[in-house]
Amino acid sequence: MSSDNPKLRCRGLWKVYGPNASHFFAQSHDKESRIKTIRDSSHIPAVCDVSFDVPEGEIFVIMGLSGSGKSTVIRCLSRLIEPESGTILLDGENLLEKSKDQMIEIRRRRVGMVFQHFGLLPHQTVLGNVAFPLKIQGLSISEQTNRAQQMIDLVGLNGREQSYPRELSGGQQQRVGIARSLASDPELWLLDEPFSALDPLIRRQMQDEFLRLQKLLNKTIVFITHDFLEALRLADRIAIMKDGAIVQIGTPAELVSNPANDYVAEFTRDVPKLKILTAGAVLSEVNPQKISAPLEGNPTIENTTTIDQFLPILIRSETLNVANNAGDYLGSISVLDVLKKLAEETIS
Amino acid sequence: MNSLHQRKERFSLFAWVAVAIFGSVFLFQRDLADWVTQYPEAWTLPAATWANIGMDWFVDHFRWLFRAISWLLTWPMDAILGLLTWLPWPTTISLFIGIAFVAGGWPLALFTLFALLYMVGIGYWTESMRTLALVAVSVPLSVLVGFGLGVSAWRSERANRLVQPLLDLMQTVPTFAYLIPILLLFGFGPVVGMIASAIYACPPMVRSTVLGLQRVPEETVESGIMSGASSGQLFWWVRFPSALPTILVGVNQSTMAALSMVIIAAIIGSSADIGWEVLSTMRRANFGESLLAGIVVALIAMLLDRITRGFAQDNQRSKRAFSLSPRLILGIAGATALSFLLLSLSVTELSEFPDQWVFYPAAQINAAILFFTVEFGAALDQIKNGFLFFFLLPLRIGLENTIRPFTWGFDLTLTMKISYLIACVSLSLLGGYRYGWRVAVAIGIATVLLYFGIERMPWPAMVALLVTLAWQAGGTRVGLFTLAGLAFMLVTGVWSLGVRSLYLCFAAVLVSFIIGGSLGIWASQSDRVSRLVRPINDTLQTMPLFVLLIPILMFFQVGEFTAFLAIIAYAIVPAIRYTEHGLRHVNNEVIEAAIASGCTPLQILWQVRLPLAIPEIMLGLNQTIMFGLAMLIIAALVGTQGLGQAVYVALGQANFGEGLVAGLGIAFIAMSADRIIQAVSAGKKRALGIK
Ligand SMILES: Nc1ncnc2c1ncn2[C@@H]1O[C@H](COP(=O)(O)OP(=O)(O)OP(=O)(O)O)[C@@H](O)[C@H]1O
Ligand SMILES: [Mg+2]
Repeated sequence: MSSDNPKLRCRGLWKVYGPNASHFFAQSHDKESRIKTIRDSSHIPAVCDVSFDVPEGEIFVIMGLSGSGKSTVIRCLSRLIEPESGTILLDGENLLEKSKDQMIEIRRRRVGMVFQHFGLLPHQTVLGNVAFPLKIQGLSISEQTNRAQQMIDLVGLNGREQSYPRELSGGQQQRVGIARSLASDPELWLLDEPFSALDPLIRRQMQDEFLRLQKLLNKTIVFITHDFLEALRLADRIAIMKDGAIVQIGTPAELVSNPANDYVAEFTRDVPKLKILTAGAVLSEVNPQKISAPLEGNPTIENTTTIDQFLPILIRSETLNVANNAGDYLGSISVLDVLKKLAEETIS
Repeated sequence: MNSLHQRKERFSLFAWVAVAIFGSVFLFQRDLADWVTQYPEAWTLPAATWANIGMDWFVDHFRWLFRAISWLLTWPMDAILGLLTWLPWPTTISLFIGIAFVAGGWPLALFTLFALLYMVGIGYWTESMRTLALVAVSVPLSVLVGFGLGVSAWRSERANRLVQPLLDLMQTVPTFAYLIPILLLFGFGPVVGMIASAIYACPPMVRSTVLGLQRVPEETVESGIMSGASSGQLFWWVRFPSALPTILVGVNQSTMAALSMVIIAAIIGSSADIGWEVLSTMRRANFGESLLAGIVVALIAMLLDRITRGFAQDNQRSKRAFSLSPRLILGIAGATALSFLLLSLSVTELSEFPDQWVFYPAAQINAAILFFTVEFGAALDQIKNGFLFFFLLPLRIGLENTIRPFTWGFDLTLTMKISYLIACVSLSLLGGYRYGWRVAVAIGIATVLLYFGIERMPWPAMVALLVTLAWQAGGTRVGLFTLAGLAFMLVTGVWSLGVRSLYLCFAAVLVSFIIGGSLGIWASQSDRVSRLVRPINDTLQTMPLFVLLIPILMFFQVGEFTAFLAIIAYAIVPAIRYTEHGLRHVNNEVIEAAIASGCTPLQILWQVRLPLAIPEIMLGLNQTIMFGLAMLIIAALVGTQGLGQAVYVALGQANFGEGLVAGLGIAFIAMSADRIIQAVSAGKKRALGIK
């Protein structure tokens, strides 16, 4: 999946908390020994040598337990925190080399961010909050209002423009946060655990909402969560973090079928496999020579369809043709293939 | 761990035993050497003289600067004063009602109307307007300066470390002591009171600015940065408005402080304002007059408090809650004001409130007071003497000297002394057996103090006792701080005055805390009592201090007992407040667990709520002491002897050095007490696992 010109490229990112954070980077070290030196001098290595690419239009989810350094990574991406070392390329420009004023400009136009606890201005109405980034850019009042109103409609808050944040529910407040972060139409959209403070039911609803928005807007997204299921639902690709380092990067199906180590496997164990495994993944189990041409009369499904989605069709016709999104025939799968795949996943 | 704890306990016990022995040695050597009872003059330093020399030099070199400032401030001062005294009274009233309406709706508007009508009807309009003019200039001044200082303290850790102790000092140095250097530097005139009040009103503003800015949630700030705010935008559009509710609370407190200082500054008698009216009539013992003027001061205080508080809370309310827009209301009020102004050109009654309309019942009040004091004089005297003979005097000069035929009705015989000794020892032993050695020590010390009297304790014993107490309660630093404070009082020669103040404050705080605490407990158990007590507390707390003296003075005349009552009247407020708040806000789950285990309401109160509320109650005690000390100074007006009186006398003579030394003495007492109690409260909180 890595392309040569990703929208966002992060390489060798380090962030250390403590009084002499920068001095660990004077000499070159390999990763492990540097982490050890940092720990030994009672500093906190919050982010250790993190690298990843996010192509345009992708939802890249960073998942990890509390304290694993997710917020620190995303705050480095927006330079709310200065990393000790590394490069962050947005469209090939290194953000870490930008001056303060250039960063202000970039934040105004190209990057938007959503916060876990919403970070709304208590003294401003919904409209005022959403219009705030535009006000800061010095747009005229009518432009501000127009654009903000569009955003408010987009997140489904029309009618509440004049409410204050304290008069809204958590879900509504986060809608305001989302609308605000989208107001100046950023290319890169950063979300730090946007739904973690919400009830499960609302969370679910907001996730659907989020996917709907992304279909409409096609942003490049870095999304932080500590909830593996949320990551699976939303992600094009997921990075799993532990103790400041990335353990594995891959699509949801890759993570579930090929966890890099026990740590990742622990997350995937309780995941409902039917919702993760795709026709493509089942196909990889099948001996390709077995069926070389599409069987006439059998329904064709896309290779990204998950088992729970194609299961009803499979029950009826026993064998299915699988094609990619261009329509090229890839192979056929039978009920037995699916069972084999599931058995292997569950036992391993 | 455990053995370390035991070692510490043993060490503490050892320290107290050492103090007891040390103290007794001096106590029984009293007659041998003079220096034991009286700190020798030869050992003191002429600190006051040095301070005066320094101040003289400073005044000589920098007077021009301060005079220039004072001259500059005369302009806005005169302008506002001119405006408020020139405006016809119905115009001013209309404007105020408009503002009050915006701040607090109908009830506040009505209250404002009533208050201002009282001022004009009683014939104190001009005086009231003078006071308001002083406040109107000093509050914006101190709000601006305080905000600036607050922002810089928030910006830089270094500035903060510089500002915080300064604030502590400013809030503990007695108000009279402020006036002396200001008098010397700025000269006489109404501006002096204004400047004094602007300075005095600064600390709450600084504190709330720092607090407000610190408390803006990190994510709110980050969201501002991510919206692309420049640093100026970030401050003025994100941080400042988010901190505004807290900052406005500071404005409210500053306003109240400014008013109280304006009233106190009347002592230097340079402005014919309402404070002066209260004070001068009080000095002439014209209580009717001073009560009528005192009510004006009280009304102004409540008015300013409600209005500024209204604006502070308005910020947190939903703006749409108003049915009438503020602009409309102000428009109506302005129009009314203007029409009154025009009308007053032809109708003289409007421009100048006619004398024959004034209702001034001072003579009637005086007659009533006279009647009352004559009728009930014996009873009043009995109350007063009771307290003096059975509480205040024993504390001060000890049972040994108090018990005389004309006080207690008999002489202290040897048998009685021995029975007292036996009673004390057995009480102490019993206490120690039941509750641990600390209680035994406390009882022991209390009974010794009661027998010999605080004032007659040899100073080395007193120093050892207080320093050990501070050290045991608050650790080494607090102990050293207390030692430094006591040494300061000894070396500068204000020791005996300090002990006198300490005694009176201790007596009053003790009574306030016992009564206030009981009321607090009661109020926490009964909503009806709580509702009854709250407005009384609010009123007492907003009242400029020497107004509180008037009613007490009317019945008990000048003297220590009046001061004692006045201190209690003021210092009781935090005792009630904190006790009630602490008891009511115990973690609900704990209470539910207690109910579930079958506790009776009384058991819940004594065994669950009270122990858990102790940290909060300790803070109440702390505030009680601070309030007590503040009032102690003001009580100098009605005849106390001690540091407060010393400051007051120094003010009269414009003696900077004496005022400074005595003022710092009080500040040291206040700060030591504060540190000790804070430390104990924090320790208790830790022990209870409350964060
Ligand atoms: N300002 C700071 N100073 C020192 N240490 C910090 C600071 N901020 C974060 N840390 C430490 O860095 C590590 C990573 O923190 P971070 O906030 O990025 O975790 P997270 O993955 O976002 O966790 P959560 O899910 O709880 O938000 C943690 O160990 C944390 O204690
Ligand atoms: Mg986080």
